[in-house]
Amino acid sequence: MNVIIVGCGNVGSTLAEKLRNENHDIVMIDKDSHKLDVLTDEQDILGVTGDGLNYQTLLRAGIEHTDLFIAVTESDEQNLLCCVMAKRSDKYCRTVARVRNPIYNTEISYLRRELGLSLIINPELIAAADIARRFQYPDSVSVETFTRGRVELMHLTVTGYSPLKGLVISALQPRFKCNILICAVKRGRRVFIPSADDTIEEGDELIVSATPRDANYFFRKTGLFKHPLKSAMIIGGGTIGFYLARRLTDVGIKTKIIEADEERCALLNDEIPKAIIINGDGTDERLLLREGLGGVGAFAALTGIDEENVLLSLFANRVSHARTITKLRRLNYTEIMNNNISVDHAVFPSLLTADYIVKYARSMLSISGGNVENAFDILDKRAVAIEFFVTGEGPVTGHAISSLKLKKDIIICSITRNERLIIPTGREDIRVGDNVLILSMHSDFKDIKDILA
Amino acid sequence: MNLRIVKYIIGWILVFEAAFLLFPVIAGLFYKEYRHCIVYIVTALLSLLSGFFLTRREKLDISDQIYIREGFAAVSLSWIVLSIVGALPFVFTGEIPNLIDALFETASGFTTTGASILSDVEALSRTSLFWRSFTHWIGGMGIFVFIMAVLPMTGARSLNLIRAESPGPTVGKFVPKLRQSSLLLYFLYILLTIIGLICFMLSGMPVFDAFTMIFGTMGTGGFGIYNDSAASFTPLQQNLITVFMILGGINYSVYFCIISGNFRQILSFEEVRWYLLIIMASTIIITCDILNMFGSAVTALRHAAFQVASIITTSGFSTVDFDRWPGLSRNIIVVLMIIGACAGSTGGGFKVSRVLILIKSVSKEIHSIIHPQRIKKLYLDKMSLSEETIRSVSAYTAVYIVIIIASCMLIAPDELDFTTNFTAVLATVNNIGPGLSLVGPSHNFDVYSYFSKCVLIFDMIAGRLELFPILILFSPSCWRKY
Repeated sequence: MNVIIVGCGNVGSTLAEKLRNENHDIVMIDKDSHKLDVLTDEQDILGVTGDGLNYQTLLRAGIEHTDLFIAVTESDEQNLLCCVMAKRSDKYCRTVARVRNPIYNTEISYLRRELGLSLIINPELIAAADIARRFQYPDSVSVETFTRGRVELMHLTVTGYSPLKGLVISALQPRFKCNILICAVKRGRRVFIPSADDTIEEGDELIVSATPRDANYFFRKTGLFKHPLKSAMIIGGGTIGFYLARRLTDVGIKTKIIEADEERCALLNDEIPKAIIINGDGTDERLLLREGLGGVGAFAALTGIDEENVLLSLFANRVSHARTITKLRRLNYTEIMNNNISVDHAVFPSLLTADYIVKYARSMLSISGGNVENAFDILDKRAVAIEFFVTGEGPVTGHAISSLKLKKDIIICSITRNERLIIPTGREDIRVGDNVLILSMHSDFKDIKDILA
Repeated sequence: MNLRIVKYIIGWILVFEAAFLLFPVIAGLFYKEYRHCIVYIVTALLSLLSGFFLTRREKLDISDQIYIREGFAAVSLSWIVLSIVGALPFVFTGEIPNLIDALFETASGFTTTGASILSDVEALSRTSLFWRSFTHWIGGMGIFVFIMAVLPMTGARSLNLIRAESPGPTVGKFVPKLRQSSLLLYFLYILLTIIGLICFMLSGMPVFDAFTMIFGTMGTGGFGIYNDSAASFTPLQQNLITVFMILGGINYSVYFCIISGNFRQILSFEEVRWYLLIIMASTIIITCDILNMFGSAVTALRHAAFQVASIITTSGFSTVDFDRWPGLSRNIIVVLMIIGACAGSTGGGFKVSRVLILIKSVSKEIHSIIHPQRIKKLYLDKMSLSEETIRSVSAYTAVYIVIIIASCMLIAPDELDFTTNFTAVLATVNNIGPGLSLVGPSHNFDVYSYFSKCVLIFDMIAGRLELFPILILFSPSCWRKY
């Protein structure tokens, strides 16, 4: 696949390395020729010096036959514009833009559709979602997110002690009294979509769809999660802190933000009234202890300085039993950070962003065009989760899901309507404007109506 | 310097050389020169074994990377090793009994110089003649480019190897992947070679002559298989050689643009435009100058074009003894020797693009005297030149001059005249072959002592690798571990 990346910053260079390792042809555009030289010395990629907004530069980078165009410069507007230009010069080119200004956040779906972009990615939002997930879910559960972090597919493995063992799928709902949908089962080397009378066995890997609330309840019931999270402390009220606090308060977790800047505190208070905003120096041990660090359930060090974050987490580990998250900006010495210092969970926003785009690129190899919003390979590429946007009335809309004749090996995992998540039980219908997530064993879909037999 | 990785690379070079040594064996079998075949096979085996020995013993880990220092050192050492092993068959067969003479001949082959110490080329066996010409073809595009194309092992930093070997002030890739870029280069090279081969054969050249001549032509080498170089070929054949020499001296980016259908971009290659312009202008002037030496204008034009192409592409074939030409023509020839071919071609010399950059920066300096505060960027091929490129060209020029002067001084004790010494050095540093006077087309380099020959061997390899890679070997800090 031919890939053009504009902007060789932290994310850009990480992306280049990861995509090159998957054997794609990478062309990197940047204004700074020196930075490009350094990068092309390290990586087997082609560097083109110039502005990504300049059409001549794009031509030199070979925009006419590019499969994937990624704009990750400092400026949101430049990223969007670059992508529009790329899309115009080759309408089959997929475009990914990084847009981080929260102003755009609410209109992101609109922007994406109207400008014809394939993916808009917000690193802070992704990082916040990742941290929230690590707080909310047990370590044994891994999660894939869709619809900009609203929909989640959870992977969990059934152990010998699990109450799920030996359970028939149809008995799941009466037993746990919550709406949990098991979308796929991986048993040994086989992956299949379970029917109502299949039995769960020990060692199965389940792909589960549920709302966060139900998921939490479910984890508690199945004994995966002993102590559900009740309180969290966030140091640093930057963009990630803001997104994180909003997510946590949404699910009813008591959240405290400690932020040094008074104006920012006022703004945070306006935006997240449910959170407790403390105006003070987050690196002051006494302040932290006074605010109850000793009894908090989760602790996130999200200041702008990596070293401070590391120290804060070490301190939190010492005085409390909180799950700690350390945000790190620079990617250097990650190995040492992970292995030698007892910082449990480091979060690298740029790495998460790069991973997300790489995952997208990977699945884009198998899916082509149409109304597909998003597609991700799961379970070692044996199944694919595809997200559709329902643009207009069609054969799938207006009927209860149970009455639709779906193709073999397809399951509708979730529907997102007006930012609300619905886990289908069979009675719901699909409407115009919905985001529909399906899971399938094959990937030849262009439109939502292709799911019908 | 990380000696482990350097050893590893040299090991691979030996393995590849073993493979190359088998090509002359095919020719040898064809002409039933079995004794020579055995010599070449034995040398190949020796090369293969030592190659295996060097590559297998070491386990490489993460710190064994080819940084620019290792890249330069590995390439220049490899070229030296390549020449030494390539010289062994000449010694073993007894055709060139002295090792330094044989080394001179092989180094001259790999560096595409084409300077010979043999007075009677025709006495060589067919096997050795084939090997001599084949070294031109390998050295022309470069052995590391070849290795990059066929070996999947190579990581990103392998660009440092290509950088040391590829001619020109800046080295880039056609396509994002180094391996595909190298494959493309060799694809174009082989394509041109095959086209040339077919043309030569259609013009009535014997098969063996066609093969050896196209190797020397595409690699811009210059080893002939006859004592009179290319004089005995028919006019048509000579013209064909002229055309393919000129093609060999063109930047391969042009051919890449042609096969990728990007015709508009071809016009933007300033260097190629000037290269062709220089060829045309010098051909016309020399034709006029030598008109009275030949019967007709057509003959004069043919010889002028052949010699101009041969010298500017740094091939070094000749159809006439241009040493007997009038002063003006000889002067032009010396200037052409210095200018050389295009960057990114198989030719050697100072390179047209460097001349262009130098002229442009000189004109900038003059302008800055008139308008001291003027800010002006330099452009080549409509792209702005970085300060670094301009600086490296200036440094290259200085080193180039120093090397020429130093070499002239070192070979001076042989008591030959200045023209001979100066053009001998020019002809070796620029990888041309024949010079003027005693090293002219009708003479050879055997007039020099063994010490001088060593100096000239150094000049050839330094010239082929564009000076710096081989010069860093003389810096003690290059050999230190950290």
